[in-house]
Amino acid sequence: MADFDELKFRDPARARALTEALHREVEAAGRTISVMHVCGSHEQAIARFGLRAAFPRDLDVIMGPGCPVCVTDTPEVDEAVALAAQGARVCTYGDMLRLPGTVKSLADAQVDGGNVEVVYSVSRAVEIARARPAEQVVFFASGFETTAVATAAVVLSGVPENFSVLSSHKYVPAAMDLVAEIEETSIEGFIAAGHAATITGWGIFEPFAARTRSPVVVAGFEPLDVLAAVLELVRLIRAGRPEVMNCYPRCVSKEGNGPALEKLWKVFELAAGNWRGIARVPRGNLELRPEWDHLNARRRFRIDTSTVGGAERNVLAEHCICGTIMSGLARPSDCPIFGKECRPDSPVGACMVSSEGSCKIWHVYGGQPDLRGVA
Amino acid sequence: MCLGVPGKVLSISDDGMSAQVDFFGVEKELRLDIVDEPVTVGDYVLNHVGFAIRRIPPEEVGETLALFDQILKEAAAGDLMAEDVRGEMAAGKAVPGGESGRG
Repeated sequence: MADFDELKFRDPARARALTEALHREVEAAGRTISVMHVCGSHEQAIARFGLRAAFPRDLDVIMGPGCPVCVTDTPEVDEAVALAAQGARVCTYGDMLRLPGTVKSLADAQVDGGNVEVVYSVSRAVEIARARPAEQVVFFASGFETTAVATAAVVLSGVPENFSVLSSHKYVPAAMDLVAEIEETSIEGFIAAGHAATITGWGIFEPFAARTRSPVVVAGFEPLDVLAAVLELVRLIRAGRPEVMNCYPRCVSKEGNGPALEKLWKVFELAAGNWRGIARVPRGNLELRPEWDHLNARRRFRIDTSTVGGAERNVLAEHCICGTIMSGLARPSDCPIFGKECRPDSPVGACMVSSEGSCKIWHVYGGQPDLRGVA
Repeated sequence: MCLGVPGKVLSISDDGMSAQVDFFGVEKELRLDIVDEPVTVGDYVLNHVGFAIRRIPPEEVGETLALFDQILKEAAAGDLMAEDVRGEMAAGKAVPGGESGRG
């Protein structure tokens, strides 16, 4: 790989130049500017590369509801746990395994003797169904549209009769609408998730920018990608231009991935859904369209979640502020149980479970990576 | 989970629905039903959960590969970004001998 050693998107000289420009821009604004990104992979990049230490003091870059696993609601987990208890084989992505339900996670269901399997791809779940024709195999599907298109492709290519989908897919633009409508929010602009935009295209954010008067910049996941996008965003905010800027042209076009979008909307439609700890989000969930009822686990089975609820109460969960964190109104370090009772090996809240959850990211990459108060 | 990982197309199935793809020395089978434009042998594609989601423009290939190579090189246990990259690499369907390591 010697030919490829030029790490253009990590070049320190360019990073310094961008950082200096960002400092000048925020200083010239003469006030605090808050912006939000809605993607766990962006938070990984920011925390992993220590970018918050380089950001100006008066710039707040906050992670919003950008972790689809984290916003999966407890009753959705309960449905999967109940299906496992009712004898179905539940296949799901690894991040979902320890996501707490009302009382139990799928990992608990496994301990109870339920058949729960982690898969890296929905295709694998279909293979499992083919190999076990006597069983009901339910794919508990999580992820934003980038991941939902894979579920859609599998549905359209034909699946065995014993395969069904329990959809917990979420829709990124709804996450941004949600935050923009919170009254106490101070967010003036958004960094849009790069790979979700690979599918939907950046054009989808234009109506949002116009309606909320908030600029949107599409960004990749490298240090220079993030720095350049934040700089562009601050410039747009200062200029009062609620426009959409694509700072990730190597992966994102205006129209997006046509074949993938066609499949997505053939299989899914937008529906209102509760996002854990946040709110009921209109058009926030991707549900199977009625013509796929025969593959929809919610239609195929009578899912009895009363058996997995019960009177047990998780006292720790009452201290969890994941919802406030995902709304951009608090940081992981503001939570009284962050890094204490709530850790990656014993997560209380959803944000500590997924590799895309802000609490897990802050915990793994140094707990409190925001060093601006130190200098 | 949203981190696409690039790989090189080694061969394409007769029905055009899947491809054998090389990820840094690990061979996996990827599905081609949702890629944005037709791919041919030698192209690079972004992989997400076992599906090619974008053909990477040839002029971007060098930088994109270098970045992921670097992430893997730096990867220590417990690094979330590297774990996500490994998960994406594992998402393709195993091919006989594909894990034995050509890299």
